[in-house]
Amino acid sequence: MIDDRKSGSGGRYALIALAIAFLALFLMLPLVAVFVEALSKGIAAYGAAIVEPDALAAIRLTLLVVAISVPLNIVFGIAAAWAIAKFDFPGKSLLISFIDLPFSVSPVVAGLIYVLLFGAQGWLGPWLRAHDIEIIFAVPGILLATIFVTFPFVARELIPLMSEQGRDDEEASLSLGASGFQTFWRVTLPNIRWGLLYGVLLCNARAMGEFGAVSVVSGHLRGLTNTMPLHVEILYNEYNFVAAFAVASLLALLALVTLILKSIVEWRFDYHRGSAGH
Amino acid sequence: MEIALSSPLQMTTVPAQAGKPKSKSIIPGFGLTMGLTIAWLSLVVLIPLSTVFIRSAGMGWSDFVAVGFSERAMAAYKVSFGTALAAALVNAVFGLLTAWVLVRYRFPGRRIVNALVDLPFALPTAVAGIALTAIYAGNGWIGQYLEPLGIQVAYNPIGITVALIFIGLPFIVRSVEPVLEDLSAEVEEAALSLGARPWQVFARVILPAILPALLTGFALAFARGVGEYGSVIFIAGNMPFKSEIAPLLIITQLEQYNYAAATAIATVMLVASFIMLLLINLIQAWSRRRVNG
Repeated sequence: MIDDRKSGSGGRYALIALAIAFLALFLMLPLVAVFVEALSKGIAAYGAAIVEPDALAAIRLTLLVVAISVPLNIVFGIAAAWAIAKFDFPGKSLLISFIDLPFSVSPVVAGLIYVLLFGAQGWLGPWLRAHDIEIIFAVPGILLATIFVTFPFVARELIPLMSEQGRDDEEASLSLGASGFQTFWRVTLPNIRWGLLYGVLLCNARAMGEFGAVSVVSGHLRGLTNTMPLHVEILYNEYNFVAAFAVASLLALLALVTLILKSIVEWRFDYHRGSAGH
Repeated sequence: MEIALSSPLQMTTVPAQAGKPKSKSIIPGFGLTMGLTIAWLSLVVLIPLSTVFIRSAGMGWSDFVAVGFSERAMAAYKVSFGTALAAALVNAVFGLLTAWVLVRYRFPGRRIVNALVDLPFALPTAVAGIALTAIYAGNGWIGQYLEPLGIQVAYNPIGITVALIFIGLPFIVRSVEPVLEDLSAEVEEAALSLGARPWQVFARVILPAILPALLTGFALAFARGVGEYGSVIFIAGNMPFKSEIAPLLIITQLEQYNYAAATAIATVMLVASFIMLLLINLIQAWSRRRVNG
């Protein structure tokens, strides 16, 4: 902390003011705009937009996608972190790069790859059609696209955390006679719980809010394959701004809750900032 | 390895001997967790991604160039890469400023500011897109004051840049922050007490130390910006040759059943993002060497 620097406190306050002004303009203002626009025609119009059947269907679909994709991400993330952090094997850094890959792929490309695989013109398209299986323009496609874009979230929180914790605790537990599963449940899981929660929070926010990848595979069928972000887009393109911002405000609330929980994990448990590298 | 999926990529990932950890460990579950990881990774990420390259390879070079580097595609790359670069540059300056203020100063509301920095990670991109449009459109909150001045933000590349500034900011702040925290204030105080001016301290002491982190954050923000779709399309105007981004062109081609063009453009973008990924890794390796050496 440099409070008594020669550069003087004038420069300090100018820097703080400049940073806050920038963040207020570019981050805070859009967030405020969502709620103000959503309530611009009164609370009744706001409520009506949210309980409208297509909006409710979109909310249900989004919750369904999250309920499937987040647990899968947790299982995969823990398995990948266990294999990578507790064992030595050649090609480890390449494997980590592959796990991170979805972060550097455009969401639109993420959707496209499933169209190329499962779409009517895709490799498996004719076979799927013959067996009456719908993936593209249906819920399974939306699920796959969501799983792709959220792929690294839990794994990349746990890999550094578990690597740093090493394997002493687990080896002690095992040599005292605990089974592998008991060791995982009683020793490893308590050690990684805040990192896991942190990854799940970010994974959940992304799964609920994913737009580009889901947009490519959804087909935008109202009431059927519309997630909340896609429903926002449709309403907006129909110039139904109040309804678009009303549904958007639910997603913005989700973002606020995510940020608050994330901050609590960081402050209370000193996770990520400070203690993660001790 | 009990998984017998025949992905060519899988062979390079885990050589045959990988089943046996080098140091004999009593910890169980390597086969199970590694098998699950490789299987899930191959099914969800590697095999689907490889379809883009295999389809492109089947097109023949001249066909690929004709659709992947068509005039319209080139214009779209220019918009995507140009706006992403501009946004990353703005973010490099203000992201560094934000990180500096958060690490070095204590002020009321600091924790709220710190939480707010992560908003772009938590707010769905489509929500950000319509909110930014409401602010910067000709009749919008800020747009109505800019329009009389002849400044049109929404529906042209400036609007795209504004959206990408929103999306990219946390990458820079969160990359630079830990390095600034580790930077001891004593070195700066020594420089100051030896008569250096504050800007000299910044240019000679602080900037060299944080440069790798700043470059990493810059590359991450840039890479994210190039592929960004949701926050951009509402504010972009989406005029071909003017404000059409490459991801949107992929969707447009797909909607017209022009799979070859969509695939070729996706391949160009994937190759670009792999190159950026490589650069980020090189920067990090370089900074590790600097720290250790």
